[in-house]
Amino acid sequence: MTTKDRIGWSALALLGATALGVVATVRGESVNALWIVTAALCTYLIAYRFYAKFIATRVLGIDPSRPTPAVRRADGLDYVATDRRVLFGHHFAAIAGAGPLVGPVLAAQMGYLPGVLWILVGVVLAGAVQDFCILFVSMRRDGRSLGELVRAEMGQVAGTVALVGAFAIMVIILAVLALIVVRALAESPWGLFTVAATIPLALLMGCYTRWLRPGRIGEVSVLGIVGLLAAIVLGGQVAQSSLAPWFTLTPVQLCFGLIAYGAVAALLPVWLLLAPRDYLSTFLKIGAIVALALGIAIMAPPLRMPALTQFTNGGGPVWAGTLFPFLFITIACGAVSGFHALIASGTTPKLIASEGDAPFIGYGAMLAESFVAIMALVGASILDPGLYFAMNSPAAVVGTSPESAAAAVTAMGFPITPAALAQAARDVGEATVISRTGGAPTLAVAMAEIFSHVLGGSAMKAFWYHFAILFEALFILTAVDAGTRAGRFMLQDLLGLAVPRFREGVGWAPGLVATFLCVGAWGFFLYQGVTDPLGGVNTLWPLFGIANQMLAAVALVLATVVLFRMKRDRYAWVTAAPAAWLVLCTGTAGLQKVFHADPAIGFLAHAAKFSAAAAKGRVLAPAKSLADMHRVVLNDRIDAGLCALFLAVVATILVFGIRACLAARRVDRPTVSEIPALGEKTVAA
Amino acid sequence: MTLIALLRETARAMVGMPSYDAYRRHMAERHPDHEPMDEIAFFRDRQQARYGGKGGGRCC
Repeated sequence: MTTKDRIGWSALALLGATALGVVATVRGESVNALWIVTAALCTYLIAYRFYAKFIATRVLGIDPSRPTPAVRRADGLDYVATDRRVLFGHHFAAIAGAGPLVGPVLAAQMGYLPGVLWILVGVVLAGAVQDFCILFVSMRRDGRSLGELVRAEMGQVAGTVALVGAFAIMVIILAVLALIVVRALAESPWGLFTVAATIPLALLMGCYTRWLRPGRIGEVSVLGIVGLLAAIVLGGQVAQSSLAPWFTLTPVQLCFGLIAYGAVAALLPVWLLLAPRDYLSTFLKIGAIVALALGIAIMAPPLRMPALTQFTNGGGPVWAGTLFPFLFITIACGAVSGFHALIASGTTPKLIASEGDAPFIGYGAMLAESFVAIMALVGASILDPGLYFAMNSPAAVVGTSPESAAAAVTAMGFPITPAALAQAARDVGEATVISRTGGAPTLAVAMAEIFSHVLGGSAMKAFWYHFAILFEALFILTAVDAGTRAGRFMLQDLLGLAVPRFREGVGWAPGLVATFLCVGAWGFFLYQGVTDPLGGVNTLWPLFGIANQMLAAVALVLATVVLFRMKRDRYAWVTAAPAAWLVLCTGTAGLQKVFHADPAIGFLAHAAKFSAAAAKGRVLAPAKSLADMHRVVLNDRIDAGLCALFLAVVATILVFGIRACLAARRVDRPTVSEIPALGEKTVAA
Repeated sequence: MTLIALLRETARAMVGMPSYDAYRRHMAERHPDHEPMDEIAFFRDRQQARYGGKGGGRCC
């Protein structure tokens, strides 16, 4: 490093430290959002320049002369050596979804500071490390998938356990994503019309790319996006017209609509609906993320949420529990997300041109996703906290009228008037914004605030709000469709272990059965969430967080095993430390969700409370009948069982991981099962 | 690569569509005896491969 470099990096470090200092210490006066953005960018640059390089050269021993799968198995189709900038786009588009947008919004109930710190520390030391290491491990093994990697390095049982875990996480993700859509579109004719319009639009696009102009993705996407914008404008008129009741659905109606949609969409040919909607959602997503970054830079909004709220000690209305462990599972994507391990061991390792590109793709793309999470947190924090809590608290807490919500939120210590809440709803063209839980509507209000500041003024707020809702709903629906297909194959693989017929895919019956089982599984949790008086997000988001961080722990344990087998024991802390932290967080959170004595947190305590009341023939609100009471109890027990399953998965993987590490230590040479470098002899595994 | 070409390739890669030119080059170099797929067949093949369910996936 030259002197000039040293000075430059020192200056950057100083700037970052100053920004972080401002964010962390200023109280009483509002902090500008750009301080958070500056702190984040400096952190990312320094982490990438120093820590990612350290991991690449010292820990993993990246060797650019070693042929990657894309070179060794080049076929022009699945294995293609790809320009690193192009591949960065591919990988980023695959990892960045609704997760980094929603988690930080929910986490803002504790103030912006805990979220900012966890996102930054988490991504540098855990999330980006995980993505990079799994990409590396898969790249050295012909681009094999996470399940296969766990099986190869830790044995058959661990591999199967990881597969079961991955399927469970898929079910919960789909349920929680679908729930966010339901919460955003229920009783919103404008929103529902716009999102529903994407279905015929996508079908038209599908036919266009199939027969009219095959392969013209850019062309059809431009046409599609024009159609989307028209649908938003038209939606505003539909909401004012006599057609409005047709598009005003209750949450339960929407829930069944989505379940039916999921089952049908997953069985249609991919070119008809899934592919064209993926084009739309991907480009809209990238465009919206870039626009949000520009908008925040231009507007430079002050943060109105306090740095810390009283809810750090628990008792928050958005989600239950104390800062540790629940903040660390509420913000998953953006800090560390186990789901990325599936992608880093999916298509990306088959496209990487040189091992030297791996830090840029693996570590770098995760830093970019983390920045998306930071922007979402900023978005939630520039809103009036009174509005934030009125939108994100369950109806059971704030009621449904502006008066009741304003009174409840003001009593929490975030003063707001009923008139301000009614005005906020009018501004975005909705009948109400009260108790629109799930994070997406809150982010949409924030995006409308930012975009309308830059473009169009307050007259455009309603347009931008529905644009933001559409953008979130669109890629969530794409994920529901693609996830159902992926879940179906996972299920077929798993069922195939018991009934071989399922895996072979003879005839259409196994596929159909697996699809319906998959839709039924996430549909069950969706219905449970929709009918949950606390809004469902309360229950499902922690389950999703636990599942996702559990998978991250599995991935990091795998990476640790690989380091031991490579005889790089002295660097094993790089993956072992974040793995230990995640085991601690998911373990604590999982145990609390199952066994905590407070019915607001513990599933079993909640079940006990309701079943005791039911035994006396009493009906507790929000249940309306004894049958409701029994359903609440059953749901609680299923949730507790699922949580216990996640705990069991972590524990099993941990035991197998430690065993594999100890076994590797007993041998005095590397025992990895990677594809050898050219001219190197195969090392016995 | 020019900026336009780079953006175009990146946008296509984001939706899982690899480069047809690269495929043709690969076929010409390694399998000159095989007839390569035409552009439409290639497009359909890759679309099915990405969305068919197996190996596909994206984040939440």
